[in-house]
Amino acid sequence: MSAVDLVSDEVQPGPTPSQPRGVAGLATTGLVVALAGLALAVAAALRLHSYSKGAAVPTGVGVLLVLAALYPLLPTARAYARSGRRSTLLGEGQLVASRRAAAAGRDEATVAMGYAVGAAIVSVLLLIALAQDGGIAQTFFAGHSWKLAFPEMIQAFWTNIWVACVAQVLVLVFGLLLAVMRMLPGRAGRPLRLIALIYCDVFRAIPALVTILLIVFGLPLAFPALANWPSAWLGAVALTMTYSAYVAEVYRAGLSSIHPSQSAAARSLGLSYAQTLRTVLVPQAVRRVIPPLLNDFISLQKDTALLTIAGIVEVVNASTLWQSKLFNLSPVTLAALFFIVVTIPQARFVDFLIDRDAARRSGR
Amino acid sequence: MSFLQIDDVHKAYGQHEVLKGVSLDVERHEVVCLIGASGSGKSTLLRCVNGLEEINGGEIRIEGDTVTGAGVDLNALRRDVGIVFQSYNLFPHMSVLENVTLAPIRVGGVSKAEAEERAMGLLGSVNMQDKARSYPDMLSGGQQQRVAIVRALATQPRVLLLDEITAALDPELVGDVLEIVRELARGGLTMLLATHEMGFAKEVASQVCFLDAGSILERGPAQQIFEEPREERTQQFLSRVVKSGRL
Ligand SMILES: Nc1ncnc2c1ncn2[C@@H]1O[C@H](COP(=O)(O)OP(=O)(O)O)[C@@H](O)[C@H]1O
Ligand SMILES: [Mg+2]
Repeated sequence: MSAVDLVSDEVQPGPTPSQPRGVAGLATTGLVVALAGLALAVAAALRLHSYSKGAAVPTGVGVLLVLAALYPLLPTARAYARSGRRSTLLGEGQLVASRRAAAAGRDEATVAMGYAVGAAIVSVLLLIALAQDGGIAQTFFAGHSWKLAFPEMIQAFWTNIWVACVAQVLVLVFGLLLAVMRMLPGRAGRPLRLIALIYCDVFRAIPALVTILLIVFGLPLAFPALANWPSAWLGAVALTMTYSAYVAEVYRAGLSSIHPSQSAAARSLGLSYAQTLRTVLVPQAVRRVIPPLLNDFISLQKDTALLTIAGIVEVVNASTLWQSKLFNLSPVTLAALFFIVVTIPQARFVDFLIDRDAARRSGR
Repeated sequence: MSFLQIDDVHKAYGQHEVLKGVSLDVERHEVVCLIGASGSGKSTLLRCVNGLEEINGGEIRIEGDTVTGAGVDLNALRRDVGIVFQSYNLFPHMSVLENVTLAPIRVGGVSKAEAEERAMGLLGSVNMQDKARSYPDMLSGGQQQRVAIVRALATQPRVLLLDEITAALDPELVGDVLEIVRELARGGLTMLLATHEMGFAKEVASQVCFLDAGSILERGPAQQIFEEPREERTQQFLSRVVKSGRL
């Protein structure tokens, strides 16, 4: 069979022009959702107002919420306008223009729904938080508990921060060392490959909590010289040991994701294996591993909370002390807020780095 | 004694025998073309000459010195033997200038200033000096391949291997790259190249080898191979190339 046989002789039927889709139905759905969202927002705002006995800030928040919930009515109105235009144009036989009007109207209607659902979700969350006469807010978000606990807790949080920073720097170095050991070539490299493999397997298997207990309590017993070390340092060592095993895997995946042709090109120029690793493979791998590396670092930062088990005064430790003192969980929520505040900017920063790198390399 | 002697080279990947006893001599200042269907082993042969693949039998000699087998300083060999790949393989995290100066600085022990000066000269000769600070992703395929050639030349190799260096290029970019190779041939650089550009091969090659399923089936002057091939398989291959519009 030749290519000519593939062509059908039958006359192709002419194209059927696509008809404008309906708008009014979608616009009405948008209207219903928008009104529901508005009702919820009003309920939440009233609840907020009465619960705070008319305090300015909560009342202001309620007003803003209602204003936000009003917004979806605007695109809804536009959707109805387009719907009318669609019918007019269709009547005049202007198919293309009518189709465009319909598409724009449906767009507006879905925008209205999206914003209305968003406002509804926020309102419902507020209503839940203020349910049972504000029981939830009292338990988790009691402002006066926060005020009392804040000074000590922020000081304790400083311990989490520097332990995380020290551990992260050590993990970057030690993890890379492990990764390179795992990729050593030849028969001579076999023992080191095996040792690195066993290390990674063992320390990924042991829960971080167990490593912390063993290191913080065990090391000073085994090595009396370490008895004077602050236990937070030992905690940093324990976290380094655990996370190096994970980060070594991240590096290794990054290194093996570089196409072999890069290595071939470098070797063909006379660069040694070590030079190829240092100048060609590692720099490219590091860029690629930033996102997974950051995930591990965020985990590490959160796992500094585990040091509380070894009696190290860090933020969770401090928050539980305050919790039992005040019979209220708000200090623990405050600890959670601390972690949120330091984590989110890091995620944004790394996104920025990735974008900048991509832009630089493609000349934008 | 020939400059480059490929002597009964065998190469297999597992059970799959890719080179089945290839012998080929390249004289100094000579340009030899390898032609043959995709998968016939052209790239493998070039990679063996550069020491990127270990061979399973036979020997490769450069100026009489065996450069295959145990104990050979491959890094030293690769200073004498440059290779340019079909897919350019530039280092994407380095600027053009850094790509070109990497080996002279790290391997050749040349100072950074001197390496950059020489690199700029070489880039100038292929009309790429104003792209020295650009990154490979910002360049067209033809520009990238010209940089790759310069990168290979920067180590001052005595023989250059070219592996279908125009195969990945848009047709209108092929000419510029071939012009550089032509220039190098005129300058007397010894080259062994795999190519599908038959017209070009006719023009620069003193010897053309037709590689078929891992062995050289026919060899001779370009004129003879292209116009009166003796072997039936060579004729079949060439007529396929003609049909594809490459001759
Ligand atoms: N790294 C490899 N592992 C296994 N098989 C390979 C490898 N490289 C090439 N081959 C095989 O060797 C044969 C020759 O390939 P190649 O030298 O690339 O041919 P050509 O360059 O002539 O197209 C092909 O069958 C290919 O599948
Ligand atoms: Mg090939």
